[in-house]
Amino acid sequence: MLTQRLLLSDRGGMIVLGLVLATMILVPICNLLVPETSALHISTFTVTLLGKFLCYALLALSVDLIWGYCGILSLGHGAFFALGGYAMGMYLMRQIGPRGQYGDPILPDFMVFLNWKELPWYWQGFDMFWFALLMIIVVPGILAFVFGWLAFRSRVTGVYFSIITQALTYALLLAFFRNEMGFGGNNGLTDFKDILGFPIAASGTRISLFLASGFMLILAYIACRYIVTSRMGKVIVSIRDAETRTRFCGYKVESYKLWLFVFSAILAGIAGALYVPQVGIINPGEFSPLNSIELVVWVATGGRGTLFGAIVGAFTVNYGKTVFTSYSPETWLFALGALFVIVTLVLPKGLVGLFNRTKKAASKQNPGNPPPGNPAPATAPSVTPNMGTSTENFISAETPVIAAVKEPV
Amino acid sequence: MNIFSHKRYSMGQKDPNFGAPLDTTHRTILYVEGVTVSFDGFRALNNLNLYIDEGELRCIIGPNGAGKTTMMDVITGKTKPDEGSVYFGQQINLLELSEHQIARGGIGRKFQKPTIFEALSVYENLELATAADKRVWWTLSQQLNSAQKYRIDEVLLQIGLAEHRYKNAGSLSHGQKQWLEIGMLLMQNPRVLLVDEPVAGMTGEETEKTAELLLSLAGEHSVIVVEHDMKFVRSIARKVTVLHQGSVLTEGTMDQVQNDPKVIEVYLGE
Repeated sequence: MLTQRLLLSDRGGMIVLGLVLATMILVPICNLLVPETSALHISTFTVTLLGKFLCYALLALSVDLIWGYCGILSLGHGAFFALGGYAMGMYLMRQIGPRGQYGDPILPDFMVFLNWKELPWYWQGFDMFWFALLMIIVVPGILAFVFGWLAFRSRVTGVYFSIITQALTYALLLAFFRNEMGFGGNNGLTDFKDILGFPIAASGTRISLFLASGFMLILAYIACRYIVTSRMGKVIVSIRDAETRTRFCGYKVESYKLWLFVFSAILAGIAGALYVPQVGIINPGEFSPLNSIELVVWVATGGRGTLFGAIVGAFTVNYGKTVFTSYSPETWLFALGALFVIVTLVLPKGLVGLFNRTKKAASKQNPGNPPPGNPAPATAPSVTPNMGTSTENFISAETPVIAAVKEPV
Repeated sequence: MNIFSHKRYSMGQKDPNFGAPLDTTHRTILYVEGVTVSFDGFRALNNLNLYIDEGELRCIIGPNGAGKTTMMDVITGKTKPDEGSVYFGQQINLLELSEHQIARGGIGRKFQKPTIFEALSVYENLELATAADKRVWWTLSQQLNSAQKYRIDEVLLQIGLAEHRYKNAGSLSHGQKQWLEIGMLLMQNPRVLLVDEPVAGMTGEETEKTAELLLSLAGEHSVIVVEHDMKFVRSIARKVTVLHQGSVLTEGTMDQVQNDPKVIEVYLGE
């Protein structure tokens, strides 16, 4: 029953997850087993690129959960992504050990360069992988909790909330630029050597990271489906549509928003952590407000409020970006802007809505459903409020013909 | 609207003990005493005193700006008054509670404009309103039990929407939306129902049905109806309270009220 609820009833999601799974099976085969001379060979570069897209898709999913379902438009989700990325980056830095330029056994190169004598307290523990994993979840989670607690409790909503999330990511951008912060300043963290003992640039490692990203995406998708199909999911949609009513139904709206926001931030952090070892660098640029806005464009393009639409959007826009920037990098931002305008004007439900529209048009030719908005007055002739005392009325609304026949009785 | 003007509510507030039977030894379920609310110097409520009995159907009328909606805001926790006290039964001080706690405790409110969850079906609307544990972690795994399902069926019949149970709430007619909202209040097993302009924009037939629905609810619940439509008020009213400039002008039966020279002056003087 749970599979029915989570997956089978969600056709679009099944298709998208199926494609992700198929890629996860085919790409490693084409990369590792097919010889390089063959036309079917996929280069390690492409594997990394696809792995990156999977991380973006996970990030987009996290935004769709709060924006599409709860109506909270966060324009600072890149911040959680970057924090997860930094946590992973710190682990990777500690793995370099004495192999750095300056050969210090413990201090990363940039600290030696700054003449630091010992490791700052917040770098402690990052030599252990489990600790880094914990921080990837805890750091974005706590930031989201504190930030959300303050914002939702003061009932900051709508565009005001968007603006302060934007300010949040910008503030972090400026902070991480500073050398004294101890996160590598402008250059960020890079020159990674290996992860869990495996060389980070090797094909095998890249494939594993790619698979891990795909696996996380599927897992996160199922978790999100679980949330949105539960009663909590209905409460969340209610908050989006009629917040006051939800409150007067006895729900503590602030708590719902807060926990959803924290969960979403954790997903974004995990996406960042998977992203960093694949691209090999994390720098304050990831906190750039522009990144967070672009991310919202992916979700809008794919179609918000569907979960799988976010994945479709992340892949489409980023593929477009890859193609565009290799031909004419100057025009990409114009194309992105145009895309956003077109999607908003022509496809308010995104690419996914386009498919649904064609599907609906097909089912319209098939009669049988009563027209929407038909109040079926034939079955409600009584003036008493208890007008539906017979259980037959349950059926009659679905079949107006029967109702009309019954009317004289 | 200034977003920072909202009162801050602590997130750690404890729910009062609503499980215990409500203490209504003096038959009064709701005490509103000496309540004053000012907005930028304008007194929306001015030393308002109002007592509602258990099971009573009370109509509240008054010209625009008399403070009817503000009064509902105070009772349901949306607005905190500058002065005065509001008690639910003898024991529960409503001014210490936030909206969701008051709603859980048994005071339901219908808004002037029908507010329902348009994206969900009629059934799901009632499901969400069902009295149950409404904390975040519980709703993640909660399912309706058979008693709750039975209650939803009951309410669907009561509000006359049984045949529309799977319909999208957004596609209901205006009158049906109003009934659905009343149904959502009923799902919370309320002791007091606050109903703000239930028949605005309704057809004659719908108005009549609404009147019967509200009359059938009184007795089991205390019902407070705020309405402009005098014909409607006459058809349901037993006791009428007239508000004027934020305080009670007069109280009595519809005939008494209509013949009261103060009331005539207020209404004709407009």
